[in-house]
Amino acid sequence: MQDDTQPRLLYPPYQSTVRRAPMKPALRVPPDFGDLAAPVFGYLPIGAADNDLTRQHEGEPLGERIIVSGRVLDEDGRPVPQSLVEIWQCNAAGRYRHAIDDHPAPLDPNFSGAGRTMTDAEGRYRFLTIKPGAYPWRNHPNAWRPAHIHFSLFGTSFATRLVTQMYFPNDPLFPYDPIMQSIPDGAARERLVSSFALDLTEPEWALGYRFDIVLRGRRATPFEPQARS
Amino acid sequence: MSPSRLIPTASQTVGPFFEVALAPDARLGCLVTGPATRGERIRLSLRVLDGDGAPVPDALVEIYQANTNGEYPASSSPGAEFHGFGRLATDTDGVCVFDTIRPGRVSDGRGGLQAAHINVCLFARGLLRHLYTRVYFAGDPALAGDPLLALVPADRRPTLLASPSEDRPGTWAFDIHLQADAETVFFEL
Repeated sequence: MQDDTQPRLLYPPYQSTVRRAPMKPALRVPPDFGDLAAPVFGYLPIGAADNDLTRQHEGEPLGERIIVSGRVLDEDGRPVPQSLVEIWQCNAAGRYRHAIDDHPAPLDPNFSGAGRTMTDAEGRYRFLTIKPGAYPWRNHPNAWRPAHIHFSLFGTSFATRLVTQMYFPNDPLFPYDPIMQSIPDGAARERLVSSFALDLTEPEWALGYRFDIVLRGRRATPFEPQARS
Repeated sequence: MSPSRLIPTASQTVGPFFEVALAPDARLGCLVTGPATRGERIRLSLRVLDGDGAPVPDALVEIYQANTNGEYPASSSPGAEFHGFGRLATDTDGVCVFDTIRPGRVSDGRGGLQAAHINVCLFARGLLRHLYTRVYFAGDPALAGDPLLALVPADRRPTLLASPSEDRPGTWAFDIHLQADAETVFFEL
């Protein structure tokens, strides 16, 4: 069954899908197989500045300082505590600190664009960063990505893994972006757009944006009639 | 299905620029095990290919596996001996190499054992959702009784088998074909 709230694997307007999207249906793992708990990703302890992308260098990065915060929840609305959240993004000028990014916009020596944190007991996370810029790409003529922050989440099981992108409210580039438009359901696309949040905004310091994330369970779960405890 | 259930957040591609956050140091990807981890040392060389057979040089490969006793790590902390997890970006040849151990057989949840395997989670530019697959070991007598392989059409089972290197003992090669006749079997968990 096609799930319109998730992107199609093959979405030709996003050209890279054409030779990379699998064409055969995935084989569903039966629900009575042992479920795998999420990997514990612990090579390195998380450092104090890892969730503050504005303090990872000697100077401050250029751009508009923002706070991005939200909750990680499961499909029943329960918080997902103590789970790894990683983000990456371009700088305020729309340039990634990556060898293959040749967009002629300046690099910022004070901005790496990578952060990570663990959710707290209520599933909350919080990052301080700068607002990423829009940038061009070569998917089609005059193609531009709307400003976005990449998110990677582990959740509680191997099946809850998620990589997604968070967007900013009212970006005029949304209708032209095939990566966002690969999701057929409009409400599902809208849920990738963060909302401005005055309660997260710090006076005299930074605007706040809220982005809550819902992690799926195993696909078989909705067919099991018993309540999960 | 309860009407109050939340809809999972949509996936988006990992894009081409993930290394800065997810694979900043190739050494880290090899720390699936520690120096004192028991088990048969192996080197798993994974290669990702697109529908034209061209290498995918910007994929992110995550592996997750049991220890030699067939147990996944219950928990671990930085510096733990056995993580069971590793991730690496592919190189220009579409290849990434994990140094690890051959996992033991894990329970199948039905009172039996699965054949030894390594779980793979794959991300790439052009993949709007991640893909799951498994690496089994060619020649393993337990393959014939593996309950998940039994659900895979026989002609596609070879796509899930790593091959031993003839000239480099302990090295296993596994190609992930995203498309075409040799398309790897991917799983929905």
